[in-house]
Amino acid sequence: MIITNLEMIPGKRLIKHLGLVQGSSVRAKHVGRDFMASLKNIFGGELKGYTELLQESRDEAVSRMTQQAQAIGANAILNVRFSTSSIAQGAAELFAYGTAVVVE
Amino acid sequence: MSNLIVLAIFLVVGYGFGTYAENRHYRSIRQRERDLRHIYVVATKYPPVDNPPPESTLVAGNVVISVDYFKRFLAGLRNLWGGRVSSYETLLDRARREAVLRMKAQAAALGAAYIFNIKFQTMSIYQGRRNSVGSVEVLAYGTALYPARPGSPS
Repeated sequence: MIITNLEMIPGKRLIKHLGLVQGSSVRAKHVGRDFMASLKNIFGGELKGYTELLQESRDEAVSRMTQQAQAIGANAILNVRFSTSSIAQGAAELFAYGTAVVVE
Repeated sequence: MSNLIVLAIFLVVGYGFGTYAENRHYRSIRQRERDLRHIYVVATKYPPVDNPPPESTLVAGNVVISVDYFKRFLAGLRNLWGGRVSSYETLLDRARREAVLRMKAQAAALGAAYIFNIKFQTMSIYQGRRNSVGSVEVLAYGTALYPARPGSPS
């Protein structure tokens, strides 16, 4: 499965469009991370726990999108975009979407 | 009175640790930017037509970074008469450069020379209080193009 945010894959001919595929993941942080984060709000600096949390959930969103693409018989996803929304205190939605295609 | 003392302690601690952390972070950013300068990051969608065609894959880097108490206090004061809030400007500058560096590090591991179509996304991490920026997340992503290995299918 080739995942790209370009509108084509260099050197490969596009055979078929299969439409939009998407994946999302809503995650909440746990109390320990929250406590560390409030300390960091005084000292400043990177919140490593949050960085990892958001990265993991983004990976999960991408893997759900990939599963969807595989299920409809695609072998590549073009023009992938990410979107993030902070929906409530302590929870965020990570969303990935793209166009599933078949390339040669 | 005791509230004022606590506030003063937070301000001093925030100023000390925050300034130290920021200077250290900027030093590390400059060093890694020099090390990864050989990877070109461009915002165009259309890669050059190469022969043989390169492999492509998505690379991304993210970072969540928080401003210290002293700078947030300064930013709050700035709200009174408006103007540039330089304490948040450096926060966002650090976050964007760090996210790009992490993305570049992923591309470097693949042996890529270019990253095409870079996009940035910034999210303010909600901390329960209104109008508090506090922490931001920056995500940078793009498509890394790297030479196809001989023997790889394509």
